[in-house]
Amino acid sequence: MSNEAVLHAPAAAGSLDHGHGEHHEHHHHETFISKYVFSMDHKMIAKQFLITGMVWAVLGGLMSVLFRLQLGYPDSTFPWLEDLLGKWAAGGKISPEAYYALVTTHGTVLVFFVLTAGLSGTFSNFLIPLQVGARDMASPFMNMLSYWFFFAASIVMLSSMFVETGPFSGGWTAYPPLSALGDASPGSKTGMDLWLIAMALFVVSQLLAGLNYISTILNMRTKGMSMTRLPLTMWALFFTAVLGVLSFPVLLSGFILLIFDRNFGTSFYLSDIFINGVGALPNEGGSAILYQHLFWFLGHPEVYIILLPAMGIASEVMSVNARKPIFGYMAMVASMFSIAILAFLVWAHHMFVTGLNPFLGSVFVLLTLLIAVPSAIKVFNWLTTLWRGNIRFTPGMLFAIGFVSLFISGGLTGIWLGNSALDIHLHDTYFVIAHFHIVMGVASMFGMFAGIYHWFPKMYGRFMNNTIAYIHFWVTLAGAYMIFWPMHYQGLAGMPRRYYDYSVWESFKQFAELNQFISLVAMIVFAMQLLFLFNFFYSIFKGRKVTTENPWGSNSLEWTTPINPGHGNWVGEIPEVHRWPYDYGKDGKDHIPQTTPVGADESHH
Amino acid sequence: MTMFLITAVTVLIFLVIFQIAKASEYAAILKGEEKSRKETNKINGFLMVVFLVLGLFGVWYCNKLLFNKTLLAHDSASVEGARVDSMLWVTLAVTGIVFIATQILLFWFSYKYQESETRKSHYFAHSTKLELIWTIIPAITLTILVVIGLRNWFLFTGEPPKNAMVVEVTGKQFGWIFRYPGKDATFGKKYYKQIDNASNSLGIIWDDQLSHDDLVMEQTMYLIKGRPVKLIIGSRDVVHDVGLPHFRMKMDAVPGIPTTLWFTPKYTTKEMKEITGNPNFQYEISCDQMCGNGHYSMKGVIEVLDQEEYDAKMVGQKPYYYSAFPDKDPSNAKPAADTAAKIIAKL
Repeated sequence: MSNEAVLHAPAAAGSLDHGHGEHHEHHHHETFISKYVFSMDHKMIAKQFLITGMVWAVLGGLMSVLFRLQLGYPDSTFPWLEDLLGKWAAGGKISPEAYYALVTTHGTVLVFFVLTAGLSGTFSNFLIPLQVGARDMASPFMNMLSYWFFFAASIVMLSSMFVETGPFSGGWTAYPPLSALGDASPGSKTGMDLWLIAMALFVVSQLLAGLNYISTILNMRTKGMSMTRLPLTMWALFFTAVLGVLSFPVLLSGFILLIFDRNFGTSFYLSDIFINGVGALPNEGGSAILYQHLFWFLGHPEVYIILLPAMGIASEVMSVNARKPIFGYMAMVASMFSIAILAFLVWAHHMFVTGLNPFLGSVFVLLTLLIAVPSAIKVFNWLTTLWRGNIRFTPGMLFAIGFVSLFISGGLTGIWLGNSALDIHLHDTYFVIAHFHIVMGVASMFGMFAGIYHWFPKMYGRFMNNTIAYIHFWVTLAGAYMIFWPMHYQGLAGMPRRYYDYSVWESFKQFAELNQFISLVAMIVFAMQLLFLFNFFYSIFKGRKVTTENPWGSNSLEWTTPINPGHGNWVGEIPEVHRWPYDYGKDGKDHIPQTTPVGADESHH
Repeated sequence: MTMFLITAVTVLIFLVIFQIAKASEYAAILKGEEKSRKETNKINGFLMVVFLVLGLFGVWYCNKLLFNKTLLAHDSASVEGARVDSMLWVTLAVTGIVFIATQILLFWFSYKYQESETRKSHYFAHSTKLELIWTIIPAITLTILVVIGLRNWFLFTGEPPKNAMVVEVTGKQFGWIFRYPGKDATFGKKYYKQIDNASNSLGIIWDDQLSHDDLVMEQTMYLIKGRPVKLIIGSRDVVHDVGLPHFRMKMDAVPGIPTTLWFTPKYTTKEMKEITGNPNFQYEISCDQMCGNGHYSMKGVIEVLDQEEYDAKMVGQKPYYYSAFPDKDPSNAKPAADTAAKIIAKL
């Protein structure tokens, strides 16, 4: 028996559904273009978001490897770097310009293109129609546009890396006046124009997407699917979309004012500026701090735009694989709701040391630390979900558990930084880097991995390889901690972020060995992600085939569709829903799908 | 060459992992998928405990290696910074306990409740009592932390003591300019359009006679041990940040909007050299806000001196006015001492 035959022997009999359209009521002829490129099928759009996000994750990750080389080995030269980066790494050493461009682009790309578009773009598109019981999004056309605006944003951002003065290099938050004045930094010339265009396109993409997600969840739920019968992923993605729709326009307004200041001589953000080699600028009366308010009014909700989908995915995956209902469903929804509200009321905690009115600062301290309460509720509810479960460690489940561990570790340091009297010491040090990489970066990545492993069978009708997945998980979890945990100590030494070289600083040069260690681990972890990508693409074509509709024994609606659902998702009627999605282990039954009517003798919970 | 070797080794490791992964998949099918799934489930369950134990050990070991490299190994160099430190320890205690407890529960539950044929999962959907407990306890704990934090915050951001000296700090790409008000204890006015790199780096308006005794220095700021200092912080170009790690303080320098910060130095630079055991110790001002390609080199130094040393230092300093207008400097105009005296008298 050949390998292929061993793998797929059981599948041969069970493959009921070839391709799609066959069982669908409307026969439409699909071309390659309409199926894979300008697709209006939410599942294909989800895959487009996912794969574009993966491309960006590799680029963004590679950038971090490059600047970690500089941090870990500041005295070494790498001739191949000059081959790769040309004048930006003359003599094999990354220049400060290139270093700052890499840091900035890494941040922008990871926050927006990977963890926003790649995470909520993928799973909102893929899961919303499948889990609420709809044939597609409210507006498939807008949905398609949202991907293509994202794609255009990607192209513009990518092109900014090839302009003569380099890509934008003033940090992903793009504070003016640095970002407004090309004379203050070469990266703020053409590179910044392209950065702003890319981000504006991205905001358009997010708004088109968000409005669609909200209207689909509110209006297109199948019969019986009340809001309180929605899986927690739906609630999470719903709040995510609301946050995005309400906050992205504010970011855009901030960008528009910045465009005016850059190009049309206005003074929204500029005042009292003297640039070496240029002289005094005419602008007076603007406020550089205004931009920070506008930026962080999105910037903070953005953190939850990234985190909430991961929370939703972790909740769903954890409940399915613990074979136990998620503990405190309503508390989970309520805590996500309060996180979503509070997300709008804490933006100025990024600005405690800008000279903010101290009383205003104190209000933001209170509101910021308030977020720890719903976060604590969520953590304890996840722990209780595991308690007395019957846990299956699928790769998705491992990443969900890893997510909780990282969320705890990174969330707790938020209590430090949210308290302004500590922030005055730790602000903009490596402590902050450790905090947000763990809680927002890696934790959300883990949520994303959990989602990919869990729903891969639904996406491609095949499984990913488990052994590689397990290696991927354990190396990444251990590696993430080894990279970011010691950074807390660098922060406690007051070591500032975004420094190209620490060797001239008496206060910070004691970490040379540690920096080398961190860089080394970062490279290993990056390589491990390439292995994951290999697993992903290999499994699309060669993975073990899924033979049953519901391989995880899950209750939610997406597993009632055919193994390879066509455009329209369900053959025939959309199923009716009779219960919440978390009846695992109830009345001695392993699981009761949402489509099963409530029995007369069933116990109440 | 090394690059080539590293790539080759990486590819090789990938191939090995891939082959193992493929082989285990075939083996699983031949052995029976359910059976092999249960075996790997046990392995992963076991790894949960291994990770917990090694992780906690790693936390301890990391602390052992790195603690002495942090600022916490020594006393804060400012009176107010000591409050930051004590608040930091309280916060660490609270979050540390929660961290250890929840991580142990997470990985221990994962191990303990791994799939087993003998167990049925316990249908436990919610408990108002439990949920109330873990809403109220965090809320109370956080309230305590907020109270401690805000008391410190209002102290740090409030008015400095009456005897505080005042220094103006101005950031520019990529360095710091310090201005002392001189004998009259008042700064002369300035306007950014008067800035001239050669003779007037701050744009001081010379018509304002209060400016004539102002001292301007670059690179090093001198402070007095035990005397509170209020910094008036500004920027000439982009946003900078006066980062004072040893004093546990920092504040942004924003063009057009002055900010303030005050603290009381507790040890002279010399004393800190002894405390830290580092003969090269200096109080460094690090720019903590991304300000351009030279951000990482934007360094200033604070030298904390005894009152006598400080006085001796300041006696020799010439007002900036004289370097802008050397002919007005009495020491340059000895022959015409009369006129100079008259001018000064007029001023």
